[in-house]
Amino acid sequence: MYVAVKGGERAIDAAHDWLAEERRGSPEIAELSIAQIREQLALAVNRVMAEGSLYDPDLAALAIKQARGDLIEAIFLIRAYRTTLPRFGSSLPVETNHMACTRRISATFKDAPGGQILGPTFDYTHRLLDFALMAEGLPAAAPGSGAPEGVTSPGAPPPEMPRITDFLNRDGLIQEEHPDAETPPDLTREPLEFPANRALRLQAITRGDEGFILGMAYSTQRGYGRNHPFVGELRFGTVSVEAEIPELGFSIEIGDIELTECETVNQFTGSKTEPPQFTRGYGLTFGHTERKAISMALVDRALRWEELGEDNAGVPAQDEEFVLSHSDNIQGTGFLEHIKLPHYVDFQSELELIRKLRAEAQAAMHQEAAE
Amino acid sequence: MTTVTIENKARKAWMSLLAKAPPTRLKELWEVSRFSALKAELLRAPEVGAMMVQGRMGGTGAAFNLGEMTVTRCTLKLPCGTTGHSMVQGRDKQHARIAAVTDALMQTDQAADVQDEILGHLAAEAGAKAAMRAAKAAGTKVEFFTMVRGED
Repeated sequence: MYVAVKGGERAIDAAHDWLAEERRGSPEIAELSIAQIREQLALAVNRVMAEGSLYDPDLAALAIKQARGDLIEAIFLIRAYRTTLPRFGSSLPVETNHMACTRRISATFKDAPGGQILGPTFDYTHRLLDFALMAEGLPAAAPGSGAPEGVTSPGAPPPEMPRITDFLNRDGLIQEEHPDAETPPDLTREPLEFPANRALRLQAITRGDEGFILGMAYSTQRGYGRNHPFVGELRFGTVSVEAEIPELGFSIEIGDIELTECETVNQFTGSKTEPPQFTRGYGLTFGHTERKAISMALVDRALRWEELGEDNAGVPAQDEEFVLSHSDNIQGTGFLEHIKLPHYVDFQSELELIRKLRAEAQAAMHQEAAE
Repeated sequence: MTTVTIENKARKAWMSLLAKAPPTRLKELWEVSRFSALKAELLRAPEVGAMMVQGRMGGTGAAFNLGEMTVTRCTLKLPCGTTGHSMVQGRDKQHARIAAVTDALMQTDQAADVQDEILGHLAAEAGAKAAMRAAKAAGTKVEFFTMVRGED
């Protein structure tokens, strides 16, 4: 147990001053600006937005700078800031059908309707260090291919990008997703309770730690709750967020955000009355965060075992209490790192206890020797 | 519930354009416009807050909470009594204020000038940016071929 301590103010102030100095690094090197972090470390910014659960690239860049590049510390700063904001309301659900796709691939159909768009990707790179980046210079601009398809007049929403799962849906080959009018639960407002429904699970996973969700997803691939996923579709791009303005009685678009969406097509469900169907896993994350979105879809699918009538194999990825209770890196780091803070009183009692136990044991040994 | 009339369909379009405008560009356009000296009475000073963004399970199914985004809102009144509202992306209070004045002006007989000096530029620039991005994406469109394997 942590017990409050007093004193040490001078040392703490000096430590924080030193931290600021270390953060700046050598004054001979130019200082990083927030805009540089936002533009040039965009994937770090995206991760901080996704796990900080707040879409604001400038603030995420500031948090990364303040945290000296420690992303979990940066996420902590964003989560703390988030709690100071009044909540104006909820958006309408974003329509990813109308995403202006920067990237869109399918691992199930090579001739995916709408085309396969690689976008700016690390895929197919050789993972060799590029020493040219050490020398200053501008990269060659990516070529545009002249007349893009589907670019419409300004203000018009981007054309619909067909969904791979819709093609399977038409033939009844995949289980359907039905919209409903229910207000989804919000774990930032109500404490997490089990059993959680799918909406709550998805909210927890999308803000969960990327490493943890990746590990859980990987465990299902290695056989701890295997469900054989295919990436039916992975898309990344910009969507408009629309929200109702209560004073006006109609909705407006309040902004554009970048999202990554992953739909997996998984193995079958079926029964005596229903023919076999593919099942789905779903991932949706802030920013360009592909690894997270794919992992999320796999973990979502694994956690649906009960609803899909599968056996509980007793594996970690099927255990929602295990997954949801340990996916949040701020909760995790808070509990883990608090053990480095003063525990003097607590430890004092342990010390007394062990001395007592040893004294008793030694007395017993002496007695035995004497007999 | 949302009721969309023809009138508020147009208003929805300009409010959306203002919400998504790059703040520095909007300020530039405002400063050089004939309206830059206009005084408006704040009914609700610019306020920074968060909106919870919802997604849909499977892209088309029931809603879930994805995470929040920062927004700033403002309400004000022109000397003629017309009120303007805004809710814009991010935390720029000046952005929200200019967006609200612009919304109010668009409801007056000066709408054509506002359209000409501010909104027209924003729409054209947003369109050009989207077109450039789409062109780059189109440049990475691939055709995959499955290789014929040796066996019969």
